[in-house]
Amino acid sequence: MSFLEFVEGPLWYFAVAVFLLGALWKVVGILRLGRKADLSIPRASATVGAVRSQFLHFVPHGGFTFRTIYHLTAGYMFHIGLFLVLLFGAPHVIFAQNNIYALPWVSLPYWGFVVAAQVAFAGLILLWVRRISDPVMIKISDKDDHIGSWLTFLVMLSGCMALQESVGALRATHMLLVDLWLIYFPFSRLMHAVTFVFSRGYTGAFFGRRGIVP
Amino acid sequence: MSVSVAIESMVSNIDASAASYLDACVHCGQCAEACHFYENTGDVRFAPVYKLDLLRRVYKRHKDPLAGLKKLVGLVPQELTQTDLDEWSELIYDSCTLCGRCTIVCPMGIDIAGLVRKTREGMVAAGVVPEGLTGAAERALETGSPLGIKAETFRKIVAEQAEETGIAIELDKSGVDYMVILSAMEILNFYEVIGALAKIFKKAGVTWTMSTKAYEATNVGIQMGDKKIAKTLVSRVVEAAEELGVKYVVSPECGHAYSALNWEGPNLVGRSYKFKVIHILELLEQLRVEGRIPTKGKDSRRLTFHDPCQIVRRGGIVEEPRNILGQIADNFVEMSPNKEANICCGGGGGVSSNSNAEKLRLLAFGSKKRQLDDVKPDAMVTACGNCRNVMEEAIDTYEMTMPVLSITELLAEYIED
Repeated sequence: MSFLEFVEGPLWYFAVAVFLLGALWKVVGILRLGRKADLSIPRASATVGAVRSQFLHFVPHGGFTFRTIYHLTAGYMFHIGLFLVLLFGAPHVIFAQNNIYALPWVSLPYWGFVVAAQVAFAGLILLWVRRISDPVMIKISDKDDHIGSWLTFLVMLSGCMALQESVGALRATHMLLVDLWLIYFPFSRLMHAVTFVFSRGYTGAFFGRRGIVP
Repeated sequence: MSVSVAIESMVSNIDASAASYLDACVHCGQCAEACHFYENTGDVRFAPVYKLDLLRRVYKRHKDPLAGLKKLVGLVPQELTQTDLDEWSELIYDSCTLCGRCTIVCPMGIDIAGLVRKTREGMVAAGVVPEGLTGAAERALETGSPLGIKAETFRKIVAEQAEETGIAIELDKSGVDYMVILSAMEILNFYEVIGALAKIFKKAGVTWTMSTKAYEATNVGIQMGDKKIAKTLVSRVVEAAEELGVKYVVSPECGHAYSALNWEGPNLVGRSYKFKVIHILELLEQLRVEGRIPTKGKDSRRLTFHDPCQIVRRGGIVEEPRNILGQIADNFVEMSPNKEANICCGGGGGVSSNSNAEKLRLLAFGSKKRQLDDVKPDAMVTACGNCRNVMEEAIDTYEMTMPVLSITELLAEYIED
């Protein structure tokens, strides 16, 4: 078995299993902690508040948009670029159709992949520059923040290097880093990709009962 | 020993919502932009997310569903130490008013103030609480008031207000519709509100009373994070109201009092009340809409309204004070930001009772001052005795000249004779 076959075969399946089981274990574990029933008389609907909160926090409200414009812009650049590349990048679509599902799927043209990747890179680098230069960010950042950023960066970088698919070692490197990223995911702050729904939801429900969603 | 009980308390307080919050936080630091303590000092330790670090460490080490596996590979944070607790006292008590403005800016929608409250409960368990708050709690338990106002003094203050307004105020009267409670600051400093209420209620034909067993609304247990004390103080009001058989308890112009009685109270005493809680702003608005408090004339001064955080952002009473002011103010102007994005006075959440925080509190007022400088009102109206007291002191310190008014007292001035 070649190294490429290993990272696309056994290690890939192991990484996916850790990713899925770890994330599921974490979500179930968090939800199982439960919450005490609130005995106060609600002024409005908790459910409406929970749903509203999901959308409300996509953009800072209350006059904060301008004050947080750097992080907001960089954050959206990174996430939108990443999701475009991940879900619609042609190599990813082919890999997914061969290994995960066989449904027809739209893929980006080559130039679209490059543009989306560059936007994602720019966003991630801007976020990282802020993390290492802003006094608040320096104070609050820990190992997990840096490992998550670097691992994601290396996954993206190796992916772009392997885009031409001319050298097998580059594809193998990319797949190895993807596998490591998947294994790291449930143990790290990368889990925010899942838990943000619960975080926003709980706050929305809590305050929704009070007739307001901050 | 004290560290272990603090950890135990924090562990037991981490429920599904707290775990979601602590897991979803990506350390983006946006919350710092919303904190008036950080904004006015530039001290990075005051970034709200940093204040949560003790609770985060406890979660990651003890309650994270994957903590067991992470421990095996050394991926959990260090255990808390006494030094940590002592160091965080300033961050948890002196530089956080539980105003909750940081939630607005948080992309994950984390209720950071709620998590600071849970950290405070750990601090209480460990006995790391500022003296100002423990002293207030002792006085509240012994005398009924955090400022030590005894029932006899309260009777005298009420009698004076009855004499001044010429309206009889009957204490401990059964069978009336409403029982009014007041904040310590109102009873001690702003007692004219009692006369104002008498005047408004007489006009509206509201039957009401106050109890000499439970006249105090301030709940220092909520502020310091001591559920036991909070329950005792809420229970006094509940027992007195149910003994008198009133239909409603009127929560006064006080932020935390409303939160304590209306939102947290039933959960503290473990049952629903036999009466309803209504905030004074809700009651005044209801009477206004029903046409029961006709007013005459309007205040021509340039007035603005300071939103008390616990009543507005964390209490959901937003438009009522504006509707009331719409009836009596000719030249009302909003500060920016306002309503749920308002800027705190700097003294909520027990900060005003905490002498360690005095300097920080006055610095934090800088954000409110800038709002006021932009709008240049002749007077500021609010609906919280504590905000009023804190802002009056800060206004003096900054050598500004501006009265801070109670909305109830202002309304009473314009009630038709």
